[in-house]
This record gives sequence, structure tokens and C-alpha cells, in this order.
Amino acid sequence: MEKQITLTIDGRPVNVQEGTNIVDAAKTVGITIPVFCHHPKLKPVGMCRVCLVDIGRPQIDRTTGTPIKNEDGTTRIVFGPKLETACSTPVSEGMVVWGATEKVMTARKEVIEFLLTSHPLDCPVCDKGGECPLQNQTMLFGSPDSRFLLEEKSRAKKHYLLGDLIYLDRERCIQCARCVRFQEQVADDAVIGFYNRGRALEIATFSEPGFDSIFSGNTTDICPVGALTTADFRFGARPWELKHKPSICTQCPVGCNITYDVRREARSNGKTVIKRVMPRQNEEVNEIWICDKGRFTYSYAESSERLSQPMIRKNGELTSASWEEAITFASEKIRAAGKNLLSLVSGRLSIEDLYAAKTLMASTGGKTVLYSSMGGGEWVTRVGIAPGSDLAKLKKGSTILVFASDLHEEAPLWWLRVKQAAERGITLVVSNARKTRLDKFATHQLTYKYGDEEKALREIFEGGSELSKSVTQAENLVVFYGCDGMGLAQTTALAGMFAEGLVKTSHFGRLNNGLIPVWPRANDQGAFELDIQPDLNLVETMSAAMGVYIAGADPAGDDPSLREAMQRAGFVIVQDLFLTETAKLADVVFPVQAVMEREGSLVSGERRVQKFGAVIPAFKDTKADFNITGVLIEKVTGEKFPSNPAEIFDLVSQKEPVFQFFSHQKLGETHEQWPLVGRNEIYYSGAGYDNSYGLGVTLPLIIGESALPKKTQMPEAVRPVKAQWLAVPVTKLYDNSKLTSMSLLLNRVSKKTLSMHPEDAETLKIQSGATVSLKNAAQEFDAQVKVDPNQPKGVLLITRSSGMPVHMPLAVDLKEKETDSLNTERGLL
Amino acid sequence: MSEFVLLRHREIPGLNQLKTYVANGGFSMWKKVVTSNKPEDLVREVKASGLRGRGGAGFPTGVKWSFLPNDIWPHYVVANADESEPGTFKDRELLEFNPYQFLEGLMLASFAVQANDAYIYFRGEFSQIAKKIDERIAELTTKGYLGDGLYATSYSLRVHTHVGAGAYICGEETALLESIEGKLGQPRLRPPFPALSGLFNKPTVINNVETLANLPYIIEKGSDAFRRHGTDKSPGTKIFSLSGRVNKPGNYELPLGTTFRELIYKHGEGIINGATIKAIMPAGASSTLIPATETALDTPMDYEATSALGSPLGSASVIILDETVNISRLVNSTVHFFKHESCGKCTPCREGTYWMSHITSRIESGKAKKEDIDLLKVVASQMQNKCLCALGEFSIMAVMSGLQHFRADFDARLES
Amino acid sequence: MNQLLKKYPEEIKRILAKYPTEQKQAAVMPLLHLAQGEIGFVSRTAMQEIAEITGVTTTEVASVVGFYTLFHDAPEGKIRLQVCTDVACDLRGAKEYLANLCQQLDAKPGETSMDGFITIEEVKCLAACDRAPLFQSQIGNELEYHENQTPTRTMDWLRSMSAALNGTPLRSSASIEEAPATKSTDGGGNE
Ligand SMILES: Cc1cc2nc3c(=O)[nH]c(=O)nc-3n(C[C@H](O)[C@H](O)[C@H](O)COP(=O)(O)O)c2cc1C
Ligand code: SF4
Ligand code: FES
Repeated sequence: MEKQITLTIDGRPVNVQEGTNIVDAAKTVGITIPVFCHHPKLKPVGMCRVCLVDIGRPQIDRTTGTPIKNEDGTTRIVFGPKLETACSTPVSEGMVVWGATEKVMTARKEVIEFLLTSHPLDCPVCDKGGECPLQNQTMLFGSPDSRFLLEEKSRAKKHYLLGDLIYLDRERCIQCARCVRFQEQVADDAVIGFYNRGRALEIATFSEPGFDSIFSGNTTDICPVGALTTADFRFGARPWELKHKPSICTQCPVGCNITYDVRREARSNGKTVIKRVMPRQNEEVNEIWICDKGRFTYSYAESSERLSQPMIRKNGELTSASWEEAITFASEKIRAAGKNLLSLVSGRLSIEDLYAAKTLMASTGGKTVLYSSMGGGEWVTRVGIAPGSDLAKLKKGSTILVFASDLHEEAPLWWLRVKQAAERGITLVVSNARKTRLDKFATHQLTYKYGDEEKALREIFEGGSELSKSVTQAENLVVFYGCDGMGLAQTTALAGMFAEGLVKTSHFGRLNNGLIPVWPRANDQGAFELDIQPDLNLVETMSAAMGVYIAGADPAGDDPSLREAMQRAGFVIVQDLFLTETAKLADVVFPVQAVMEREGSLVSGERRVQKFGAVIPAFKDTKADFNITGVLIEKVTGEKFPSNPAEIFDLVSQKEPVFQFFSHQKLGETHEQWPLVGRNEIYYSGAGYDNSYGLGVTLPLIIGESALPKKTQMPEAVRPVKAQWLAVPVTKLYDNSKLTSMSLLLNRVSKKTLSMHPEDAETLKIQSGATVSLKNAAQEFDAQVKVDPNQPKGVLLITRSSGMPVHMPLAVDLKEKETDSLNTERGLL
Repeated sequence: MSEFVLLRHREIPGLNQLKTYVANGGFSMWKKVVTSNKPEDLVREVKASGLRGRGGAGFPTGVKWSFLPNDIWPHYVVANADESEPGTFKDRELLEFNPYQFLEGLMLASFAVQANDAYIYFRGEFSQIAKKIDERIAELTTKGYLGDGLYATSYSLRVHTHVGAGAYICGEETALLESIEGKLGQPRLRPPFPALSGLFNKPTVINNVETLANLPYIIEKGSDAFRRHGTDKSPGTKIFSLSGRVNKPGNYELPLGTTFRELIYKHGEGIINGATIKAIMPAGASSTLIPATETALDTPMDYEATSALGSPLGSASVIILDETVNISRLVNSTVHFFKHESCGKCTPCREGTYWMSHITSRIESGKAKKEDIDLLKVVASQMQNKCLCALGEFSIMAVMSGLQHFRADFDARLES
Repeated sequence: MNQLLKKYPEEIKRILAKYPTEQKQAAVMPLLHLAQGEIGFVSRTAMQEIAEITGVTTTEVASVVGFYTLFHDAPEGKIRLQVCTDVACDLRGAKEYLANLCQQLDAKPGETSMDGFITIEEVKCLAACDRAPLFQSQIGNELEYHENQTPTRTMDWLRSMSAALNGTPLRSSASIEEAPATKSTDGGGNE
């Protein structure tokens, strides 16, 4: 237990942990000391000087080391000659702080006046107006007038572009350096900095593309003025017009808590539209941060390419149909297929959607399969991270092992939290086949060759090296495993081996221990919890099926062999947002609602169940997946299926063993979180950090060694023969999926790229930007070459979700295509 | 002065040759110090000498050294050769003409705190001097004064130079450390103090060039010899950089406690054209303007007595103002200096120097009203005691004292 | 390929050796001096190369260029003539001396003479106050003091330099890359 310190602030006794600064200590008793540069998630710098307070300390007798007493028996307190910064001064025993005396209030007013003299005071046209700490603290502590001459105000050209995502208004900047410090300390990506000095100090970037950092949006949240704004929100709305709608980000398995800020808009015919996405505080998940993918991807929901009504294939053509018609048609087909029906669902769907699909299949005797090229979730339900664990609480003595995953690209917030844990002194072991941005924080590193995953894992658990000991003998051990360079068969086998290792070393079923899968999708783990699993022989299974019912997946777009298999299956029903390659081949297409148009719940990689609500009205004539499936269930079986997601969830908690003992209501519970960053807090003002919607609940583990599933064999490593190359799939944050490429992130998405080491490119005499064709027995496809000196030699890295059919390690032939030099894409060279 | 401690090159031609320096007693103690391996003896002797830092703050050097913890390693010593205070030009003379004495001092200080790497931070304008010093370091290394395992002991010492690039604030010790680390020269928050967490977050001693140049003398001749000069609380000699309206500006090494009068009239040979002296700035642009009364002129220049007059002695860069100088113009210059040099990190200094510079310019241009003078005072007092480092506090010294003592000079510039 | 590294391998090794291996950022300033010595200013490419060598971002390198007045991010005259007009020098006629020079060169402080040969700058104390008026010349990255000046002495020196440097090239021929932020010349931004 940390030491407690007792002091008084404005005459009130305060009791806080040693190391707390005075600003935070004051907060615990409801006293507000204004701050600008200070931010509780950053190291104090004490540079804005607005938090100056009068601090007295007990006078200590040098000889005895005890406090000197006054004549009346009280402790003698000595005040310093100058006011001190409350943000950077830690509390000490017996300290006496005065934060509202005339001296202090005057100093505060003077500092604020200084800040305002160089500020444009353009609140009426400023995006921050209404939620601006500078505005609020000026109203509270500032002076109504300034004595300086307007013409002498410091001026700067406005609307300076830091990049295509973040804009800077240099005049509004108060040089608090929060953004610069965030990028340096939190994001470890110092791509913005100060330029010049003195009054000419300004924020600048020299990165390409501008302000190129996957966490860049957070700087606009913590900027205490309107200097940094996001490209989507700029001039988009006034903060007070917005409604704050809580939700969960669905872009990766972390499950960041977010808020959609929405308002009704005339130009959208009075419809409620999303104006921006902001993080919502959940200290055990994303603290108060989100990545740019989570912040900027939402615009796909407004795309005109969205499917807006059901379609039925008539005379070989997909034609519009009514819901009634389409449902009847589909249900007839389903009934006819009976147990030969296959349902293919993905981790994009919510628990309710998946449960509905499972229920439908149960009624016909068909099979529900998870569409995923990563596996192993069945192990995670047994040895996943134990409930109550918190990455932020891992301390020295604990170990985190990251295996086959580039967390920075695959689950940015986990990267951030793992990095912070490493900075706090835990042992970080990183084992990958290529360099990642986590390497520099690693205590130990084990680099293996693609294909040697099993060997590497054995070395870690059985090797006897320092690295090995730091894993097997750790007080607590958390393992992240991903699918870098691997497919379903490999990852499934790997998860089994990890589970075995964790069991053997007693690192499971205990607080802060267990396995965390880095899934490609938000609810993959949820599917496993419902016992929906991927199929290693999907092509065969699908070819044999009489009908396939596909939701949230595009097998035909991803892989030609699946496309063929699907065409061999009797008929196809598809539920999607867009007319995907799969939907184009379907017999029935149901248009679905986007996550922000409906309710549901998701299970994160840490097995935290979190709910999300509808934040905008549904797009045209669309329905939620669970509703569509629900109606089909009723049509096929004649039995009722709830139409309300909360009811479905409660059904899940009755029927599904892991979900037992908790109701939908429990998902909405919250407790006080530290630091206090709600809407009324002076650090932030308007930012939508409030979390009264729920912190989520972690699923219990299925305990007992007997409960462990059967282990699968690691497939033989692919060893290309002579002229062939090994191609492996890797995940990029800004992949070329439909959703990302419809957003502001478009400029940053990795197109159909294949990356190779410069030496390999030289051997092949291929230039960066050239188009090549890749071929194996099953397929042939094109890719554009990107040369990357940071990757291993002798292997081609293929970006997932960018339309290239590489979902597992493959041996391929490579041939350069006739290049059209003008056709090289921007940003590749 | 008959016996120079620091400006010995004025008596000994060619002292900036190692041969000459050694022939005149240079490095006589170095080998003994290293082989006897008693760093604590050095600390004790320097403490006893009462040597106070010559870089400005006047903090006792030996005491500063003793703050370094013995359980955090490595330790570093940094020589502050940033010399940028307007009116200061003493370190430059030492670096050019008596460099070995400074280097020897730096080496002794390094040994005293058991640092194996020492850095010399030069202001960017001293790049030619730095080049020469680099050559001298190489020479000392070749000759075995510096390097690994000195004199068959386990002690190693390497000395490195680091050249700044035009920023007065880098004379402030924590900004200087940032600058060596390759960052903007912005001061750090204190605590932690450099003695605990300095260069590369390790315990660090930072001393001025002149401070270090005193050390060979103290170690060789003993603290008592050193204390024969100067006063009890300000022992030793000091180089006074005399500039401004005197006939003979220049560096003068005099015992601390010498009067202003002696410096200005005896050594500086009085005021140009025999004009009347008006004010003294004892610590360069950072000092308070002291009206040159008879009492002031008779005040001994030591840390205590000068402070009592209203200005710290600082680095003893004495700028003399005579009756021909309009104080409003002078204040305009000092304010512009600080505005130019403000690092921009803290609000009061960044904004305050900016606004003061606008107001003093306006006054200088003859377009100001009386309110502007009041405003100037308001801005200055608004900055007072609020800045993160001393630069901001320095910037208001001439303003406040100028307005207090020479208000008429400002009034004379007002728009009629 | 890193041109700086290719051109000065030994020099760079020597610079890096000054600092602890895990503190490569410390080499940023010496490397900037090295790069500036080439063409009189630090190009965007040089910043990128220095970032690569020291393992920091280009922005961090650029920030350093922006902060220190002796680093330049754009080409100017061959010779930068930096006259100190600070407090002590002003007391000895430095401002008048500068005004005279400006008139003869037909350029204001901060400007470059018509022939592109000389950039005249007003600078702060150079620690030579007893020998005012004085200026410092910056050619490439070579700094030199010229003390006890008169306008005539200075103009004579400039003429001799002009001849020595062949009078050409007047402006550095290196291409001007567009910098995203512009450097303020007086540290007190007012656009
Ligand atoms: C704004 C500012 C500028 C300074 N400039 C210098 C300087 O140029 N040279 C110097 O030695 N000390 C300078 N100092 C003082 C140093 O911070 C530090 O106190 C000194 O180098 C310590 O050495 P000493 O104890 O030997 O005096 C400056 C301090 C401030 C606040
Ligand atoms: S007083 Fe403030 S702005 Fe001025 S130099 Fe010091 S830290 Fe920088
Ligand atoms: S100085 Fe304390 S909040 Fe800025």
C-alpha cells in the first residue's frame, strides 16, 4: 500500500496517496485549481503558470528532524517567497495550500490575461467554443478586459494544415505543449513539435503525410483551446448542439469505448447525423484514448453505396423486392435445405446477431461457421485473461509476451497499454518474424522465421534462456497472440500450445494472467463464446452445402476458391451493408443496419462484454441482422424470437453456459474512475469522456483442465521450392477494406501492396511501385510492390483485407507485369 | 594586480601552449590527485576555499559537488561556456588565452565527483574556440593527461565539446542540458535538480568556465592561499568585464570586494569625455540599474554588498552608463534582448517580454502616452515571480529599476 | 542513400562517439552544424538524414533548427554579416555603425544585398562588448569575429571577400525546398 499524506487545502483536510500533485489532491475534495498545460495522463511541466498557489510547509528542526512548534503548540508553517505550480508539486506531510487567496487569484488572473493577449478571441467562430477550457477558466478566473493594443497582437496565418486529418489554427495555440507531449510520451511518435521560440513558438510537423500518427486525433481532445481540430468536425457543428451517444468501436478486438456526437441537420433532411467520434473513458480498456481508425472510419454509414432494400434474384438478375417477399423466399429455401444449410457469420456481428444465426441453424439442423482466418478462441474461453485483470495494473515482476502480432497495427490501444506497462517496469517479451514498433520497449526479443512459429514457441516455454525464464517464472503472465503471417490452421494449433504452456506454468485462472487473442474483428471472441467456430475445410463444407446463409462476410471477394465453392452451393442468402462480391452472387440480399444504427453487444479479446446503442436512425429500409434472422426463425419454426436485443441478450445468458449469471442490465453498470475527466472537469470541459453508459463485464472462465479442447497439429511449414516465393498475410491498420477506404483515411490506406526486402527487389530487378502477378495452383492475382528495408528477406508480405487471396502462408510464383511508369500510385515510392 | 590567478596569460606569453603551461606549473597536481585516488579530499579543499560559482548565482562550488548521490552512476561534469549575458566576455578570454587552466580545472572537478565523461558546452558563436579546444583535448589525450586508465589507475576521463547555435537561454543550466541532449533549449522543471538527475538523467555538476579555472590554484596552493584574496564570504579574485561608457573597457581580475570606483576610475580610466556617470549595471543586461551615487561607487563588489545595493553581482559584467545615455533607450535594448531570447516555454516570460518590447518600442518611437509607461510597469510586475526560470525574472530588472530611478528619461520620450 | 553519412562517415562516427550509445539524439546539433557547413542552411533532406542517423523524427530535428538562431532553414547570402547591437555595443555606437552599413549595402537588417552576396543581420550580444562595434561573419558554418570595426573597415573586408570568393555564386545554388513552417527572424512572431 502506498503511503497516505495528510495536508490542508484552503483550510480543508485532504488525505491522498504519496506522489499525488496538488491539483489532483484538491480535486478529491472538490476544489478546482485551473490548469492549461497540465494533463493527468502526461508528465507535469509547470509551464503555463496558471495553477500557481501559495504553499506552506512545516518548518523542520535540522537537528531532530521533527517539525518546529509555535508558542501555541501548533506546527510552524513557512511559506515560500514565490507562488508555486500546483500541477507539478507533489503533496507532502503537513503541507498547507492556499488556492483562493487574493494573491493567488490575482496571479491567476494575470496569467490568463497574458494568454488572452495573444489569443484571437474568436470564440464565436471557433469549434471549441462551448467546450473550451480557456473560455471556461477565463469566465471563472479571468479579468473582463485587457489593457493591450489590439494592433500589436501577435498574428499568424490561420488554417494551417498539419495534415489531412488534423488542422491547426496557430493564433489560438497557447503553447501548452499538451499535443507535443502526448505524441512524445503516450504515442511515442514525435511527429509534431515546436518551431521557432519565444512568442513565435508554433506547432509544426515535418512528417509525411502530414501529422502522420495513428493516435493523432487524441491531440484535438486534449488541446485546451481550438487550435487543433479534426478535419471532419471543423466548422461542422457547435458543441452545444450535439447529443452524446455512447457506443463501442468495432474496428478491432480492443473494444474501445466511444461517444458519437450527433445532431439533426437540415442538409440531411432533418436527419440525425454523426458529427464526430470521441473516446469515452474506460480506464480498463482504452483509458481516454482511441486510434484514428476508430475516430474517422464511421463515414461509411453515410455512403450512398449502402444497400437500402432487399433484393431477390429473378431471371438471373438481382431485383428489388419487399421485405415480405424476400423473407418468404429465403425461409422457403432455408426450410428446404434443412440440415444441409450452412451459415457463415463473422466477428463483425454482435452477440445477438450470432445467437440468432445459431438459433436458426439449430432449428434446421444446419451448421454455423465463423468466417475467420484466425482461430483458437475455444482455448481463450478456458485460459483467457481472468476477470478483474487490468493491463494498467500489471507491475514489475509480471511479464507480457506478444507473439506473432504487430499490436501497433492490429490493436493500437493494446500497443499503447503494453508499452505503458513496459515503461512501468514489467518484463516485455516480443516474438515476431519481423520488426514492429513494440520492439524498442521489449526486455527480450525472439525473432523467428515465418514458418518456425512452433519452434519459437517451444524455445520460449522450454528453452531455459533468460527470456524463457522471464516468461515461465513470471509472477503474472499475459500472452497476446496474433495471426501475423499465419492462417487458421496455424493459429488454432498455436493457441492450443499457448494454453498448454499457460496451464503448465500456472498462468491461468488468476488475476492478471491469461491469453489474449489479437482477432482481426471486434467480436470474433464472442463467436467462440457461443461455440461458433471456424472450419478448416471451409471450401469443401461450402461446396457440399445445399444453401449458404452469409452475414457480415465477403468470401467471394476475399478468395476465388471460396467464390467457386459458394457457386456450387445450392443457393445463397446474404446480409450486408454493401453489394459485395458475395452479395452480387446471392439469390437473396438483405440490407442491414450499421452498428451505429442499432443496438447490440460485443466480446473483446479480453472477453469483456460491452453493449452499444443506436446513435443515428436506420438507413432507409434496412434492418438489424438479429431482426432479419429473428423473422426468418419465426417463419421457419413458427416460434417467437425476441426483437429486442436486450431480451435476446437475456436469452443468451439463460442458454449459453459462459454467459450465465449476468443480465443485460449488468453491462450498464459503472463506478467512479480516476482521473476524473467528466464533462465538468476543468482539464477537458466538453470532451465526451463521460461514461455513465456502462463499463462492461468480463466473462468468467470455463475452468478445469478436463474442459480443455483437443489440440490440433501445427501444419507443415510452407517451404517454397526453387523459384517460388513465400507469401504471408499481415495486418495493416489502414487496410483497404470497404469501410476504411470510404473515410478520411483514404489517403493512408495500403492499396493492393506486397512488400519485400530491398535486396530481394534488387535480385528480382523490380522497382518499388511495379506491378507484379502472383500465382499458385489455385489462383493468380496482381499486386503492387513496396520495398521495405525493415522486413525480413526472402518473404513477401501481403496486406490482409486489400483484395488479395492470401489468408495463410503460400508458395507462389512471381512475375513482373508490363509496367506503366505513370501508373505508380502516390505514396508508394 | 600583482598576482593573477586567472588572467595569468597576461604575464606569461604563450600560456595557451601546453609546453608553456606545464613549464609554469600547469598540471603539477593532476597525476598526484589521480593516483592518490581521494576525490573526497578535493571536495573538502574546494569547500574550504569558499569558492563560489562565477556563472551568476554565486553558489558555493564544493557544496554543489557534495550533492551528488553515491548510488547513481555515471556522474557527469558540464562546463558552462555559453557566456551570453550582454556585457560578459571573460570566459572567452580564458578559453582563448588560458585554456589549459580551465581544462585542468574541469579535469579536477571531474575527478572530484568521479565523472568519466565531461562536456564543455560552448555558445554557437564560439565554434572556432571549440575547434581549438578539441585540438587541445586531443593533445592532452595523446600526452596521457586524459584517456582510459590514467596513470595505471582505474580512473578514466574523456572530455567532449558540444557547440550550441545561438540561444542565450542555454546558459541556464537545465536548458543547457536539454541542448546537449539534442532538444530545444528550454529549461526543465526543478526539482529534480541536476545534481540528482541532470545530463541524460544522471547526476551532473555544472560549473562556469571561470569557476573551473580557479580550481588548479586552489588544489595546488591550498584553500588558505585562495582565501588571501577577496572577502570572508566572497573569497578569491574575480574577472570583472567592464564595458559601456568607460575609457578602457575590458576584463580586469580583481579581488572580490574591490569597489566600483576602483574598477571604473582606476582600471577603466574613467568615463568617456569625462562625462558624469549615471548608472551601473553590475550583472549585464540582467541587472538592476543602480544609480551611480557616491555610496554606490564606494560599495565593494562582492556577492553580499552588491546584492544589498539592489542587484546581484551575477557574472560581474559591469556596464557603465553616463549622462549621455537615455535610460528609455537602454531599457528598450534590454527588453528586446530578452524578448529575442525568451524560450517561449512559460506564459509570463513569453507574453510579457513580447508586450514589453512593443511598449518600449513605442516609447522609443516617441508615439507613446503616459498610460503606456504605466502599462509597462504593470506588465513587468505581472511577470514578477511567476516565471519558470530566471530569464523571465531578469527581463524586468532594468524595466522596474529604470522606471523607479530614471522616470524622467521615459517621460521625455512621450508624445507631446 | 543517406548522403550525409556517405560523405562524412568518419566525422559522424566521431560525433556519435561523444555521447552514450543510447543517447543518439544528442548528436543532432553537431550533425546540423555539419550539414549546414555544406550549403549554409539545413535542407529538408539533411533533416531527414540526421533523423535517420540519430533515430529521432524529422520533426524533432526540424524543431532544433527552428529554435536556434544560428541554424537556418533557407538559403541566404554567401556571407551572413551579423552585427551585435545589444546593450553594451549600443553604448559604443553599434546601431549607428549598422545603419551606415545597411545604407551602403542597400539592405535592411534581415535582408540580403541586391547581388545576393551578403545577408545583413542584427544579433544579440557576442561576448566581445569591449571591442564594439563588431560583427561576426557566418560563411557556410564558419563563424569568425571581426572586432573594433568602422564602416570603412567592414566594407573593405567585404570587397576583399567578394574577390576571394570570386564574387560568385551569389546565391547558393541549392534548390529551395518548401518548408512547412517558416523561421521567425526575431523570435517574436508578428506576421
Ligand atoms: C538565463 C540564464 C542565463 C545564464 N547564462 C549563463 C552563462 O552564460 N554562463 C554561465 O556560466 N552561467 C550562466 N547562467 C547560470 C547557470 O545557470 C549556472 O548557474 C552556472 O553555470 C553554474 O555554474 P557556477 O556554479 O560555476 O556559477 C545563466 C543562468 C540563467 C538563468
Ligand atoms: S522564464 Fe519561461 S519562457 Fe522565459 S526563458 Fe525561462 S522558461 Fe523560457
Ligand atoms: S503550470 Fe500548472 S497547469 Fe500549467
